[in-house]
Amino acid sequence: MENSRRRFLKTAGYSILGVGAGSMLIGLSAHPTKAAGSGPSAASLFKQRPENREAERWGMIIDTRKLNESICEKMQQACHSIHNVPDIVGKFGNKKHEIKWIWPTEFRHAFPEREAEFLTEKLSHKSIIPVLCNHCDNPPCVQACPTKATFKRESDGIVMMDFHRCIGCRFCMAACPFGSRSFNFRDPRPAIKKENPDFPTRMRGVVEKCNFCAERLAVGKNPACVEASEGAMTFGDLNDPESEVRKLLAEEFAIRRKPNLGTFPSVLYIV
Amino acid sequence: MLEKALRGSKKYWTWLLILVVVIAIGFFFYVRQLYFGLGITGMSRDVSWGFYIAQFTFLVGVAASAVMLVLPYYLHDYKTFGKITVIGEFLAVASVLMCILFIVVDLGQPMRILNVILYPSPKSMLFWDMIVLNGYLFLNIIIGWNVLDAERNGVPPEKWLKPLIYISIPWAVSIHTVTAFLYCGLPGRGFWLTAILAPRFLASAFAAGPAFLILLSFIIRKVTRFDPGTTAIQTLAKIVVYATLANLFFFLCEIFVAAYSQIPSHLAHLEYLFFGLHGHGVLVPWMWTSIALVVAAIILLVIPQARRNETTLGFACVFVFIGIWIDKGLGMISGGFIPNPLHEITEYVPTVPEAIITIGVYAVGFLVLTLLYKVATGVKEDLAG
Repeated sequence: MENSRRRFLKTAGYSILGVGAGSMLIGLSAHPTKAAGSGPSAASLFKQRPENREAERWGMIIDTRKLNESICEKMQQACHSIHNVPDIVGKFGNKKHEIKWIWPTEFRHAFPEREAEFLTEKLSHKSIIPVLCNHCDNPPCVQACPTKATFKRESDGIVMMDFHRCIGCRFCMAACPFGSRSFNFRDPRPAIKKENPDFPTRMRGVVEKCNFCAERLAVGKNPACVEASEGAMTFGDLNDPESEVRKLLAEEFAIRRKPNLGTFPSVLYIV
Repeated sequence: MLEKALRGSKKYWTWLLILVVVIAIGFFFYVRQLYFGLGITGMSRDVSWGFYIAQFTFLVGVAASAVMLVLPYYLHDYKTFGKITVIGEFLAVASVLMCILFIVVDLGQPMRILNVILYPSPKSMLFWDMIVLNGYLFLNIIIGWNVLDAERNGVPPEKWLKPLIYISIPWAVSIHTVTAFLYCGLPGRGFWLTAILAPRFLASAFAAGPAFLILLSFIIRKVTRFDPGTTAIQTLAKIVVYATLANLFFFLCEIFVAAYSQIPSHLAHLEYLFFGLHGHGVLVPWMWTSIALVVAAIILLVIPQARRNETTLGFACVFVFIGIWIDKGLGMISGGFIPNPLHEITEYVPTVPEAIITIGVYAVGFLVLTLLYKVATGVKEDLAG
């Protein structure tokens, strides 16, 4: 009796172990094709639209000299309304749960390690530096994500999010050195002023951030903030010496946020 | 052996009932959290990890400390620990279980947790944490249970357990190392970006864990007929004092580097924790209490007479445990987020529902611990006759 029970338990134990190990192996072996997404088979299945804009590495240059508070506000509004970003502060009055993709801040907050004691009046007192996801070339958030819900798009370097895969562990938020990520601490939908049916809304419990308007690039448009910036922002391929951004960089000195961390931001600032 | 957990005094059943009620209340609030979202906690966009992850970090340490009994017994043949290794292993089981639960209650979308296995991401430290924690859980339940069973039957433990036991030793170190790596590999979080984080985690673990084991031994001695033994407790006390001193030393190294170099991104967090920053400082009294408790405990523990006196030893252990709990369970995680990467300050205070859910998870741990200890002490009582 004792013996047979023991044997049964042993067999059961080994079977569970076997099934577990087996499914793990299947998961591991199946993964490369799944995660690749843009592999040869996927590319032939899903064609890009003819107006799709391509680049090796999208980048943005923000000329803060041309910015003022009202342009900054317009940029934020353009971005947030298009991407169904909820107005948590307006709706619930809770700054702690705020969701923001792009927002203007003061120089000392955008560049806290660039201690500058004697700044111009505009830089020291006005929130005129728009900050957003830097779409780093070496993104720490992508490395931290345990599910590949956030990933760097191979084709053009945009750091993207799969809202449906995100488990809400918020490791990416701890990893991001720029505070660019927001978490849906509650259902965001009631706080969306006017829903844009062309872009997904999110549910509670997932992280979100700027996507460099990947959905607009796919139909040949510029990012929404660039369009609203009244010429203060330039968008283009950082790897193309003929691009507008590179031409601008050949003339002007631009800085990046926290370059010492080695994340290589794709958003540059002319101050 | 499990039947031993089903027979007990009225006090035993009352204790279990209390735990079940606490778990039920915690679960009720967890369901509310599931429906509303993590907004019912005190966490924010800036302090995106809070009480849950801090408890997880602290308890990984308690779990790892089982190795302080296993290592001397199996590697150095220190026989005094022979009869209490199972106490350490079962504590590890309960602690790891709580760790896993704390991770789950911290997730925004817990029903998607299998994504971690469906899309394995070896570059993410969380992936490795899942592996080491689950591995450690299984190692300890298998080893603890089988060795206890062999002891009950009066036979030597089965041979295949030996390699598992040896593996469990570095594995214990690995769980807290990987847990430290969750934090110390993140650029732009100056407070955690230090190579000494993992050693410091281990030192504080080997202080708080054995201190808790000593307290548990006192309780076991009181409520059962099994005595873990004065010699074993005294040896544990020595481990506690060495580990507490090492932890304090590592902490002072940390302070020196930040304070002498005066690099703002490193110093600001310590300033916030111990003196307050720009008028914000909810944790300041806590952090100083932590320091005071640890120093008081060291004084009590290094004086041989005080260490040998079980009353003062008990106090010292409580001081160590609470002192380190404040350090890791309150300061370590939120301190790393304040100030935020834009050098703005959002403070963090856990909410009542968050605290109740936390207590609920602890109650699950204590329930499992009670059941396992009931079995273990039951077997030991039988053997003593």
